[in-house]
Amino acid sequence: MSTDLQSRTAAPKAARPAPWKPWRSNIGLKIAMAVSGVLMVLFIIAHMAGNLHVFEGREEMNAYAAGLRSFGAPLLPHESLLWVMRIGLVASIAVHIGALIALSRRAHHARPVRYAHRHKAKGESPNAYGIMRFGGIVIFLFVIWHLLDLTWRTVNPVKDAHDAYGAVMATFDPDRWPVTVFYLLALTALGLHLRHGIWSAVQTIAGPNTKWRKRTQAIALAVAVLIVAGFAIVPLAVTFGVVS
Amino acid sequence: MKLSLRIWRQPDADTKGQMVPYEIEGVSEDASFLEMLDVLNEHLIAEGKDPVAFDHDCREGICGACSLVIDGQPHGPQAATTTCQLHMRRYKDGDSIDIEPWRAGAFPVIKDLVVDRSAFDRIIQAGGYISAPTGTAPEAHSVPIPKQDADAAFNAAACIGCGACVAACPNGSGMLFMGAKVSHLSLMPQGQPERRTRVLGMVAEHDASGFGGCTNQGECAAACPKEIGLDVIGKLNRDFRKAAVRAA
Repeated sequence: MSTDLQSRTAAPKAARPAPWKPWRSNIGLKIAMAVSGVLMVLFIIAHMAGNLHVFEGREEMNAYAAGLRSFGAPLLPHESLLWVMRIGLVASIAVHIGALIALSRRAHHARPVRYAHRHKAKGESPNAYGIMRFGGIVIFLFVIWHLLDLTWRTVNPVKDAHDAYGAVMATFDPDRWPVTVFYLLALTALGLHLRHGIWSAVQTIAGPNTKWRKRTQAIALAVAVLIVAGFAIVPLAVTFGVVS
Repeated sequence: MKLSLRIWRQPDADTKGQMVPYEIEGVSEDASFLEMLDVLNEHLIAEGKDPVAFDHDCREGICGACSLVIDGQPHGPQAATTTCQLHMRRYKDGDSIDIEPWRAGAFPVIKDLVVDRSAFDRIIQAGGYISAPTGTAPEAHSVPIPKQDADAAFNAAACIGCGACVAACPNGSGMLFMGAKVSHLSLMPQGQPERRTRVLGMVAEHDASGFGGCTNQGECAAACPKEIGLDVIGKLNRDFRKAAVRAA
């Protein structure tokens, strides 16, 4: 019995970038990934809190949506807050994915041959490698759907941009249950992503000692659960008719 | 006891390797894992076959020469134990065991289970030292060091540079090794003058040698025979960030 494996025969000729820039190192890219991730987590928490306006009814929810657009008026131009958010998010996503691609390619070269005998992961954050990469893809696909559905309304029956409440009701209508299922699936991926991502970001940026690392892991889990619960309650309430 | 082994055989760096099955009988439970391989090699030599090449030196768990990924785990199933300190009493009659070399782009296979770990030496040469005048050792109490720091530095200094962390890492990263060296030296007063150039130099060499980045999964710490924890990677990250900001 034999397995058909090929060992690499020489160290990769990794051209050292000249001049070497610290931010292009593995740790530098990880810091970029961590900082962009933290910015997105802060946005997500604000987004989740804002969603809960749906429980106040159509008028309050739509007033909140309108308030986001007119934030700072008349001092600031229309939608200035939203544009800051949009630019910040697009930049964060670009940095996050850019660093991911660079690091994944390096990791692929750094570990070119798999073990014939695969053993169960036993690290502190087991399977983080798969959860972050594949969960990240699920989240990315969901974000595209989410923009088409509730931002641009391309796939949403409610086209009136000012009726945020109506759009939420329509998308999570019991007849459109697969949308709710996909939403909850993406939330699960997000929760797992954040459970590791939050403490991993702190580890990368701040480098805590063992005691604080354990605390950070607990906080990351709590924040992940809070975010998932806060987001999940809306589609569940609409689908099961608590809000209509 | 009787064992079924599957061992990675590869004649040299340029030839394709494969897992080859071997049967071995009469293994004493008092034998160490490496002694079991010695017995296998005696049989192979008697049969006129090429013995299995594997790294070993002190066989006391302190030199860092032995390696071997045993059933998918660097240094085998026993926590905080190097391969040379793993004994056959861990196994029972009829067990099958898979033995593979460290797998990492930065650690190319030389022959069978022997890999080239000189990338670690290059990382040390890039900053993992202190420059000090030679001569007689100074009086130990002339440079007071807080007990807490001395203990943490000693724990990090327990790293034997075996490379199990790289072998266990899904990214083939050498961050635990590098973190141990950086922590060890940057906790001591003697390590301060070169603290910034050290971390920048070591990280540059680490990346250039083809090691991957850290996902903070923790396989390295779980595999480390000296139980070095993820806090050394945190310390490495922190030292690197500060040094990089200063250098910019």
